[in-house]
Amino acid sequence: MKFYVCIKQVPDVNAPIQIREGQLIQDASRMILNAYDASAVEEALVLTEKYGGEVEVVLIGPDKAKETIRKALAMGADKAVHIQADAGKEYDSAVYANVLAAYFKDKEYDVIACGKQAQDTDAGLAGGMLAKKLNLPYTTNAVALDVEDEELIVTRQGDSGQEVIALSTPCLVTCSNDMNDPRIPSLKGIMQSKRKPLETVELSSLDLDESDLSPKVSITGYQEKPERQAGKKFEEEPEEGAKKVAKLLDEEANVV
Amino acid sequence: MAISDGKVKRSSLEVLSYCRKLAEQHGHEAEAVIVDANASAYAEQVKRYGPSKIYLIEDPVFQAHNNTPLLKALAKVIDKSDPYLFAFASTESTKDILGALAAGQNAAVLSDVSEFELTDEGVSAKRPVMAAKILASATAKGDRIFVSVRSGSYNAEEAPADTEVVNIDFSFDESELRSTLREVISGSGDKIDLSEAETIVAAGRGVKDEEGRNLIAELASVLNAGIGASRALTEAGVYDPSLQIGQTGKVVSPQLYIAVGISGAIQHVAGMSNSKVIVAINKDPDAPIFDIADYGIVGDLYKVLPPFIEELKKIRG
Ligand SMILES: Cc1cc2nc3c(=O)[nH]c(=O)nc-3n(C[C@H](O)[C@H](O)[C@H](O)COP(=O)(O)OP(=O)(O)OC[C@H]3O[C@@H](n4cnc5c(N)ncnc54)[C@H](O)[C@@H]3O)c2cc1C
Ligand SMILES: Nc1ncnc2c1ncn2[C@@H]1O[C@H](COP(=O)(O)O)[C@@H](O)[C@H]1O
Repeated sequence: MKFYVCIKQVPDVNAPIQIREGQLIQDASRMILNAYDASAVEEALVLTEKYGGEVEVVLIGPDKAKETIRKALAMGADKAVHIQADAGKEYDSAVYANVLAAYFKDKEYDVIACGKQAQDTDAGLAGGMLAKKLNLPYTTNAVALDVEDEELIVTRQGDSGQEVIALSTPCLVTCSNDMNDPRIPSLKGIMQSKRKPLETVELSSLDLDESDLSPKVSITGYQEKPERQAGKKFEEEPEEGAKKVAKLLDEEANVV
Repeated sequence: MAISDGKVKRSSLEVLSYCRKLAEQHGHEAEAVIVDANASAYAEQVKRYGPSKIYLIEDPVFQAHNNTPLLKALAKVIDKSDPYLFAFASTESTKDILGALAAGQNAAVLSDVSEFELTDEGVSAKRPVMAAKILASATAKGDRIFVSVRSGSYNAEEAPADTEVVNIDFSFDESELRSTLREVISGSGDKIDLSEAETIVAAGRGVKDEEGRNLIAELASVLNAGIGASRALTEAGVYDPSLQIGQTGKVVSPQLYIAVGISGAIQHVAGMSNSKVIVAINKDPDAPIFDIADYGIVGDLYKVLPPFIEELKKIRG
């Protein structure tokens, strides 16, 4: 099967962040492959190793995002497409979905895999938008994938249970990181990644008009969340600490 | 309106209550939509929250979640009602359809907001980002705007009104489907819906064995609490995946959250930092969970939980 995996470069949420005058100040050296996309790459690799096929990754982003493409290639993806976007431009999920849709319009594939959300914005929208634009059957929040004949079998985590859904191909799926643990690229993988095909696509070469590239949603600023304060900490004998806290929950917090 | 276990979810009632207030302030109408195999059975309950209209779409296909018929149903409602704002509780089912619905309707969409307002140009909202460490202010422009709202963001308040109930015809031809729902594996998890629970006892990697799980179960039962878990334990198959709390799992906002043997990684905290009161039990005095806990007990959970449970039993009589 031919898999395309859409990958995004995102800031590492574990890195320290500052806000200055409503703007996020981040350490540019700590940009990573979105964890949910890494799971999508991993699963595509596992399935193509098992059933044959090819994995190609697609990323929209500035030049710097090439390092994230390299990472996916080093994990084992066969090829990559870099759709170049200005570093300064703020796009929303819909614009990314529009660009991806324009790119995929004349491509052939069995499965497009996305992450269930970008780890930094947690929007979780681009996958469903892309499926709609390409008129593909789709499902989201996959925790397991398999292939049966020409169908993709998706186990999706719903609100309470899990749904097992067979999608006829071509189709789109968005992946949870509960699906697998993405492999760490080996030294050999890293060496090989440098020789793998990486195609560069200019935004202007895609069939997109002004409105496709104009976000309907924009971020006007950032602020710290009102921080929770550390409360009372009891480091005495477990028995005593436990009793005190139970009493406080009753008498002070009124929650039991 | 999201339905679960034969009840309208509180998170949907929260959204409806808030929309009703917004509508009143701005001279609009707030209407409710119920799409379910038994939709009409929930109309009475929803009425109490004051929508001017309730649209019902009732069809056996909605017995289980399935995005293709749901998208079709919602598109029909939009045709009929022509809403300016369409608001959802942010459930997994909502997440499954929101992007596709918005793309189909050419609507602007803000997902998982914790606050929103109508403005002259559209909607302004606050969204937790960067694993909920930071709040982003965002605006959406356009003549159709969708939002999904995190549970616990608003209060569900009854406000009865004269409500018109409108049935919308719906039929679904299974042959339209390019996807088949083969089976629903119902969660073996606790029956208390975590996104609605008043009290949650959450277990982490520190809960190592059956003895630990029994203590968790006993504590939950004394407090009539839902059981949740960190990814460490859902991933290991110790607890049902639907019980995972955090960035990948559920966002919860109970009155009381007791984190047992959980370190407090940001991706876990992303799902529970809006709890009213947080208790942490952890043997590592430097565990980050203590930074956000109102009450922390430093100690081995196997030694802390038995007296804690005993004391709570006494208190609850
Ligand atoms: C993209 C992404 C999404 C994620 N989403 C989620 C999510 O939704 N939910 C989630 O939970 N995680 C999520 N994670 C994982 C998260 O980063 C942590 O790995 C996870 O939360 C750790 O779980 P834990 O606290 O149970 O385990 P650990 O971090 O291993 O902590 C165990 C704690 O138990 C304590 N302990 C051990 N023994 C005892 C004892 N006998 N008595 C008392 N204390 C004890 C230890 O001191 C330690 O603090 C995500 C990660 C990524 C990258
Ligand atoms: N710039 C991008 N390049 C490639 N894929 C993207 C990009 N942005 C989003 N995606 C895909 O869409 C998913 C959901 O993104 P979002 O809707 O922003 O949360 C991501 O996990 C990716 O798979």
